[in-house]
This record gives sequence, structure tokens and C-alpha cells, in this order.
Amino acid sequence: MNGVEGYMYPNEITLYWSVLIVLYPYITGLVAGAFILASLERVFRVEAVKPTYRLALLTALAFLLVAPLPLVLHLGHPFRSPEMYFTPHSTSAMAMFGYVYMWYLMAVLVFEIWLDYRREIVLLSQSSTGLLRLIYKVMTLGSTNISPRSLAIDERVGWIVTLIGIPSAFLLHGYVGFIFGSIKANPWWSSPLMPVVFIFSAMVSGIAGVMLLYMGINKLRKQAIDMRCVDTIAMYMFYIYIIDFSLEMLDLVHRIYEANESFNSLNFMVHTKLYFSQIVLQICLGTITPLVLLFLTQVVKLPEIARKYMYVISGCLALIGVLAMRWNVVIGGQLFSKSFLGYTTYKMALATKEGLIVAIFLTLLPLLFLWVLVKLLPPWPEKSAPAPAAAD
Amino acid sequence: MNITRRQMLILLPAAAVAWEAVLAGTPEASSNYKMSDHWWGMLIDIPKCIGCGNCVRACQTENDVPDGHFRTWVERYHRSDWPMTESGEVTANPLIVPEVISPDGGKEGFPVATDESGKYFFVPKMCNHCADSPCTQVCPVGATFISPDGVVLVDQTYCLGCAYCVQACPYGCRYIHPTKEVADKCTLCYHRITKGLTTACCEACPTGARQLVDLKDPKDPIHEFLKTHSVQVLKPQMATGAKLFYNDLDGSVR
Repeated sequence: MNGVEGYMYPNEITLYWSVLIVLYPYITGLVAGAFILASLERVFRVEAVKPTYRLALLTALAFLLVAPLPLVLHLGHPFRSPEMYFTPHSTSAMAMFGYVYMWYLMAVLVFEIWLDYRREIVLLSQSSTGLLRLIYKVMTLGSTNISPRSLAIDERVGWIVTLIGIPSAFLLHGYVGFIFGSIKANPWWSSPLMPVVFIFSAMVSGIAGVMLLYMGINKLRKQAIDMRCVDTIAMYMFYIYIIDFSLEMLDLVHRIYEANESFNSLNFMVHTKLYFSQIVLQICLGTITPLVLLFLTQVVKLPEIARKYMYVISGCLALIGVLAMRWNVVIGGQLFSKSFLGYTTYKMALATKEGLIVAIFLTLLPLLFLWVLVKLLPPWPEKSAPAPAAAD
Repeated sequence: MNITRRQMLILLPAAAVAWEAVLAGTPEASSNYKMSDHWWGMLIDIPKCIGCGNCVRACQTENDVPDGHFRTWVERYHRSDWPMTESGEVTANPLIVPEVISPDGGKEGFPVATDESGKYFFVPKMCNHCADSPCTQVCPVGATFISPDGVVLVDQTYCLGCAYCVQACPYGCRYIHPTKEVADKCTLCYHRITKGLTTACCEACPTGARQLVDLKDPKDPIHEFLKTHSVQVLKPQMATGAKLFYNDLDGSVR
């Protein structure tokens, strides 16, 4: 009956958190990860990753703009969502979303990008014409002073914003993990490790995402890929992935060894309904394979072309693995009965408000936003930017 | 029809008496209901439940519950004897793995039990109206709340329909209403109990297996009952302060 095995409480048969709620932590994770990569250069002075700094910031912004869409679309009454700002419920983890999101968007990302691009924006507002000129004029926010002293202040303020941005990125995504980890009714979610695992997997996905974008865009622009940069990114991705994998395995081993009342039920689920997405996609293909590939690039001296291929493959696999992890958390957490006596099935719709088509659209939408942002604020060195006009 | 003056003189007092009777059966207006005087809960007397499904039907009718969703439902547990192989090996623990069914929430009763072994019993379920309810804790806008008289309610004109509360309920008592697209659940027939009536499910139960209780009313028989019976709540480890008290609850029930 209805894809139910064993006994489910009758209200549990339908899943209320769909594929869109899988996308939400995935997208915010990409934001947080991309930002952490940007901060490597800015705060931790890892000069090698400089070529990706601006691209990482723009990627973070493009994904952050899309992040609330899956949440709002999944609501029964999307137009009531502003109530979360006006009348937030103090005991609800979810009520914080609006504030964390706004803080991160306005106080961190947009502010930092504006500071970083201010000189270019001012120059572009003088050299461009027509509608574009108007857009750049608005983007200057009336601040056209680009004297060396003023730019030095920008630099210092930007550094502080990035510094604040790191804990903010952790907050943004750790908090998403907390939304799941704090639900005591659900043993698949309820774990203090959840926010930490979310943060580290977010960093992996964000770093992988920016690395792939950097390599892909340079390929499209027929520019040489800075191997020192990509090697460094891959190294960070490898180390962070090790931490992420260790934490996930710790969680798994802990569950297996403790074997509390929910264990049999969850164990059965992992070996049946979640077998493909958890064991095959998330752990074997999405985690162990890229870890082995990245390990090889670290210990064996490989030619450039081989490293490139290995980075691309491990980056793609990491993105798939992290998406599978989000799926297993969100969907897996609703497949078993809280009576521990049965299982239901998730039937993804195709063309509904929460269907597959919308999900694919929302996954691709950030790339469209990124394209616009890159056109507006080119992240590459200035030689490809329009000739600068005289500055004051 | 011709009514004479004499007939009228007889009919009028009779009609007045009848009208009085109608008024007496009508619950009093809620204006004199004081929330601070009550603290509602429910007693479920498991040995008395016969699994007829009257409560489920009454609830659905009274509260317009959509098909396939349940504000209350009845489960039938079958705790078998210890299963053993021919070589005498115990294969499962029926206390941990009972056999549970609830066809259409038990609305139309249950199929005849065929297995002679073990024991069968019915467990009516509904919102536990927890005093420390995890569902109200997580609502991002406070659309669901505990009323001062201890009932967990949802303001459906305010609910976003995010379903976080559905995830947070350990007992599976909430659902998203398919047409209203907001959280829906048992209201303990708040529209009735505030007018001096009992809930629809208690009213319809033929054996008195469900009893609305007011824990703030010193005259409520619940106090005596709690002293003299072995009463438990569901999933006590969840520490939700559940106010759905089960008499003679079997250890296999979850």
C-alpha cells in the first residue's frame, strides 16, 4: 500500500520535505564553502589561490541569491514568509533563517564584493554607456573617490568584513545543520555532530564548485589554468574532505556501536532504501573515490594534464557526494517510521511546485546569476576589462 | 390546520417545556469559560478499547478531517509468543518487534485476528498535548502554541505550512492539510470543551475507553484513577510532558 513496508503512523506515509529541502542545504553549503575559499586568500594570506578570490565571492553571491527560493517555494503559504522577519518565534531554530541570511547577504557578501570592486565600478561608471552606465552609477552608491588613501581604507575594511565573514559562513551553514540536528524526535537527524558535518561538507562542495568553475571558465576563455592555484585548492579540499569523512564515519561508528532503539530500523533502511544514495553514491563514489584520487595527486608526482583530470573528476564526484549526503539526511530522515516498525517511499513529482523540473531549474539558476555577475563585475585581472578612464 | 384556543393553551406550555429542554442540552456560552481554571489532558484505558473505530469516525465528522489524514487513529498491536525455530533458537523479541496495523486509521474497525498465539490489544492515538511540546518549540512564527489551558493548537490563518512541526512531533500526530496547506492536528475539540462538552472521540466511545480529563479540577476522577492504576505516557524518554495518559500500556507500544 502506497509504497509502505511494515507499519508507519498513518500521518507519516506522505513526506513533507521534498527534494527542494535537499537543495536548500546544498546551495547554502556551496555559498559557505566558496566564501571560506575566498577567505583563504584574504585573511589567511594563501597567495596561491588569489586567481579564484573574486570568482569565489561572486559564486557565493550567485548561490546565496537562490538559496531562499527552494525554502519559500516549499511553503504552503509562501506569501506569509515575511512573518518570519516580523514575528520570529524565539525558540525556533528556523526563525533565525531570515536574519542569518540577511546578515550574510548584506553585511558580509555584498559589502565585501562592493568594497573589492569599488574601484572598477567607479571606472566602469565613467567608461560605459547607456543602461550599463546607469547600473554602474547606481552601484557606486554615490561614492566615487578612488584615491589611493580611500582604496587603502577599502582594503582594510574588506579584511575586517572577511574576518567577520568566516564565523558568519560557519553560522549560516552550521545553523542549517542545527535545524536537523536539534530534532530529538528523529534519531536519524538528532546529533550534535550534524552542524559540524554540514559545515565541513559545505566547505568541500564549495571549494570543489569554485575549482571546477575556475577551470571551466578558463577553458572557455582559452586562458591558461594557474596550476599552482588549482594544486593549492585541491590540497585544501583534500584535507577538509578528510576531516569531513572522519566526522561522518565517527557518527556512523558511534551509531553502530551504541545500537540504540532506532538502530535496527535505520540499519535496515541504509541497507535497502538508502543503499544506492548512501553507500554507493555518498560514501563509495562521492567520498572514497575523490579522496583516493586527491591522495594520489598529493603523494605521486603526476604530469599536469593528469592532475587536471583528477581534479575535475574528484571535484565532480565531491559535488555528487555532498548532494547525496544532503539527500540522505533530508529524505532518509523521513523514510522510516518514528515507531521504528516500517518504511515509506519518496515519490518525487515531476512538474509540480516541488517537482524535479523545479529542482533542476533551481540548481542551474545560480549559474545564470553567476553569468550576469561575471559580465557585470569581471573577476579576472584588469587587462580584459575596459580601458580605465582617468580617475580622480 | 385549525387550532382552538383550548388546544393552544395546552400546546404553549408544552412547547415552553420542550424549549427549556433544548436549551438545557445546548452548551453554555463560552463567555464564562476561564482558561486559567483548566489544564486538559486525556485518559486512554487500553483494556476498554474494542477497536470499533467510532472515535476516528466521530473525529473526522466533527472536525472535517481530510481522507487519508488523522487527528486520531487506532492501532492494533499483536504481541506474538516468543518465536522459536525447531532447534529451539529464539528468533525475535516480540516486545521490540510487535506486529502493528491500523487500516485507514482503524476507521472501519479491524480484520478478524487469526493468530491464536500472543496477545492482541488496541491503542488509540492522538496528539499528546504535551506540556513541553517539541512541535510548538520549532514553529518559526509561533503559529502553533500551547493555550493557557494546556491544549496544543495551530493558528491556521498564520501558519506558513513549512512542516517543521510535523518533523518535530515524535508521535506522528501532525500533517499538512492537503487543501488548506497548513499544519493540522487534534485540537482536543477546543470548540466543544470550552463550552462544557467533551471531545467528539470521548463522546462517541461506546466503552468509555477515552476520558477527557481536567487536571486542574480537584473533583475530576482522574486524580483517583492516577493513584490506583499503573498509568504511563508514550515515549517518556522524549520528555515532552505528554498529557495523554495510558492505563495498562504494554511495553511494546511506541
